[in-house]
Amino acid sequence: MSKIQTIEQLNELSNNVKSLLSIREQGEKSDDKTKADIKAIANGSKEKINILICGGTGCKSSESDKIVENFRNKISELGIQEEVKVLKTGCFGFCEKGPIVKVLPDNTFYVMVTPEDTDEIVNTHIVGGNKVDRLLYKNTETNESISDSKHMDFYKKQMRIALRNCGVIDPNNVNEYIAREGYKALATCITSMDSQQVINLMKESGLRGRGGGGFPTGLKWEIASKNNADQKYVVCNADEGDPGAFMDRSILEGDPHSIVEAMAICGYAIGASMGRVYIRAEYPLAIKRLEKAILDAREIGLLGDNILGTNFAFDIEITFGAGAFVCGEETALIHSMEGERGEPTMKPPFPAEKGFWGKPTNVNNVETFANIPVIILNGAKWYKAIGTERSAGTKVFALAGKVNNVGLVEVPMGTTLREVIFDIGGGIKNGKKFKAVQTGGPSGGCLTEKDLDTPIDFDNLIAKGSMMGSGGMIVMDEDNCMPAVAKFYLEFTQEESCGKCTPCRIGTTRLREILSMICDGKGTMEHLDELKRLSGVIKDTALCGLGQTAPNPVLSTLDAFYDEYLAHVVDKKCPSAQCQKLLEYVIIPDNCKGCTLCARQCPVNAISGSVKEAHVIDKLKCIKCGACIDKCKFKAIIKR
Amino acid sequence: MEELSQEKFQELGQFIDSLPSKKGELIRVLHKAQEIFGYLPKEVQYFVGRKLGVSTAKVYGVVTFYSYFTMSPKGKNHISVCLGTACYVRGAEPVLDEFRKILNIQGTETTPDGKFSLCSLRCIGACGLAPVVTVGEKVYGRVTKEMVAGILAEYK
Ligand SMILES: Cc1cc2nc3c(=O)[nH]c(=O)nc-3n(C[C@H](O)[C@H](O)[C@H](O)COP(=O)(O)O)c2cc1C
Ligand code: SF4
Ligand code: SF4
Repeated sequence: MSKIQTIEQLNELSNNVKSLLSIREQGEKSDDKTKADIKAIANGSKEKINILICGGTGCKSSESDKIVENFRNKISELGIQEEVKVLKTGCFGFCEKGPIVKVLPDNTFYVMVTPEDTDEIVNTHIVGGNKVDRLLYKNTETNESISDSKHMDFYKKQMRIALRNCGVIDPNNVNEYIAREGYKALATCITSMDSQQVINLMKESGLRGRGGGGFPTGLKWEIASKNNADQKYVVCNADEGDPGAFMDRSILEGDPHSIVEAMAICGYAIGASMGRVYIRAEYPLAIKRLEKAILDAREIGLLGDNILGTNFAFDIEITFGAGAFVCGEETALIHSMEGERGEPTMKPPFPAEKGFWGKPTNVNNVETFANIPVIILNGAKWYKAIGTERSAGTKVFALAGKVNNVGLVEVPMGTTLREVIFDIGGGIKNGKKFKAVQTGGPSGGCLTEKDLDTPIDFDNLIAKGSMMGSGGMIVMDEDNCMPAVAKFYLEFTQEESCGKCTPCRIGTTRLREILSMICDGKGTMEHLDELKRLSGVIKDTALCGLGQTAPNPVLSTLDAFYDEYLAHVVDKKCPSAQCQKLLEYVIIPDNCKGCTLCARQCPVNAISGSVKEAHVIDKLKCIKCGACIDKCKFKAIIKR
Repeated sequence: MEELSQEKFQELGQFIDSLPSKKGELIRVLHKAQEIFGYLPKEVQYFVGRKLGVSTAKVYGVVTFYSYFTMSPKGKNHISVCLGTACYVRGAEPVLDEFRKILNIQGTETTPDGKFSLCSLRCIGACGLAPVVTVGEKVYGRVTKEMVAGILAEYK
């Protein structure tokens, strides 16, 4: 590849490679009558069909690589490689139904495809012109097949800005990114805008940081730009520590060039020539894709010295994290990049004043960066018009837990939780009842039924006692025990506390101990008061965001599910039958046929009774192992 | 036990020498060391400290701070049970308990025969498949307690 030296050359390349995407762009416009079989399509070029396979971590785990291989083999066996292109893309977002295969131009969306299905898809659909109905998505209510993702409830309410290229382009091919207007925003900035104009545009757009804090991005850039220094740094925070959140990973896997481009734009705006991505070592695929993107961008001259013939220079390095949640906090992240223990330090000084190696450093989150090129191209007004008054644009959520459609969801700010969980997410798994949703990960809180119609934005979630966080959204049903959930989060924050400050180190340990006692039936009313008091102290006195927000899951569950805490403490019962120590196994005499199966299963001989007579479990002997319950064919044993 | 051969130390030494600057590179070097040795025993930590000109105490401080670094060797088959929130609410804990029960180990350690090691981790990002278990590179999705014995049998 030769270097691109002027904006004209970039435009020329962009026009030349447009055809790479022509089939897929046809697909975006396709209607239900479009057909994708080789004979039916008679357009000018030879290439007629694209088969896209999700190559994200989720689908790769379900053998999507093998699917790609099988498709390629079959296609070449039939000698139709010229007509049919098989491509591995980033995540389509609908992880619940992965691996996903998309056929274009008729936009057919196959779900839960296995490597054994590929021959049938090729024979029936590609060659035969008929869709494989059994692999199509079925509407959950009507059970009707839906072949075009545009018509699926999961996608209808979504608006893809940060994820615009995920599942559309081949992330390993820089030309495909360029064909989608890639690097045009960078070109525009460095050839026709000065840095203040770029900053002003960001400020007007209303973009707020997607890493959790929601700090206005334009303002952050302005502060970094005003601090003079011989060297400044742009840092991309790809630590994504919130367990259950995977949007940053998907963006890096599906559209790495958008991050490279945005970091360069930021470098231009604040006057930095060096960029660093701090990424979790647990994300090998994202690392590989990003490394390739950086190499390719360098090779065609979009990173390095004199980018596009200007005197702007910018380059990016990668630093690996090593599994510490607190390193997502920006001061800790910077210490970790310097090879130290990732312990946070007091702010001020903010990184924008004194950051990496003491130089002004601008830290932004992956998703924040992913929005930037589009904002530059489409303008601040366009972006500001999306979302709510004080939270512009869209937000990507990682919808997971007990919801039917687990996946990545990008919606305009202001969408309600109900729309996300019930319309897009398809409601609760197995027809169970919705109980709560946790936003903001371990720093957030549980929201309940009464909050479902709240429009989601930064300020509303905080007002409700939770927060946006990075976008994890974990749905819980009636089977989840809330004190146990609070305990789960506190186990997390206690383990991840860096230990530097006492309120967090000791406070989270105490909270965890108290919650354990409650779940074990050893809780008292004083414990409930102590939880509240201690939470308040930790919030007020911890040094960094980790400690300050750690009590949120406790406070919000105490607030919304006080009854459940009372049941544990006063009645020594777990209403959701989750806390082992509080469970009681009993045999319902009327259902018991006296088959003796359970008695033989019990490791401690707690079950007694004669043949053909109702059995009983001796509560004192029972160790609550649950061995009996699955054995009973008559569902006579229950736990309560 | 994984041997600490001279070649491995040499490889690590060459990597450290190839770095343009040693400033701030401790974590990068430890990543490489763990890649080479599989874990970071104290001999390796001494070596890294000497090579980089930092105290062993500091090396140890960093190694113990980050959960990715480990000071004991992993088993031949390394099992990770995801305990991220999405997996937790879908029942990952009973799965972890079942592994412990069958392998007869308490926390996160290696079986005496060195065949299996077990750990829990926080989110590999395959939440659509929750609960998720990985054995080496292989990923198992929607794992239930009942599937555990079958998974282990594949590696016996
Ligand atoms: C405990 C803790 C963990 C954090 N983890 C992350 C993270 O994983 N990813 C991230 O982008 N920001 C994280 N943040 C927020 C960062 O400190 C910082 O605000 C953010 O990267 C700034 O980028 P933004 O303005 O684009 O949001 C975390 C903050 C705290 C206190
Ligand atoms: S609040 Fe917790 S994580 Fe943050 S500095 Fe204090 S001890 Fe460390
Ligand atoms: S297995 Fe069920 S039916 Fe048989 S003795 Fe036990 S409780 Fe009764």
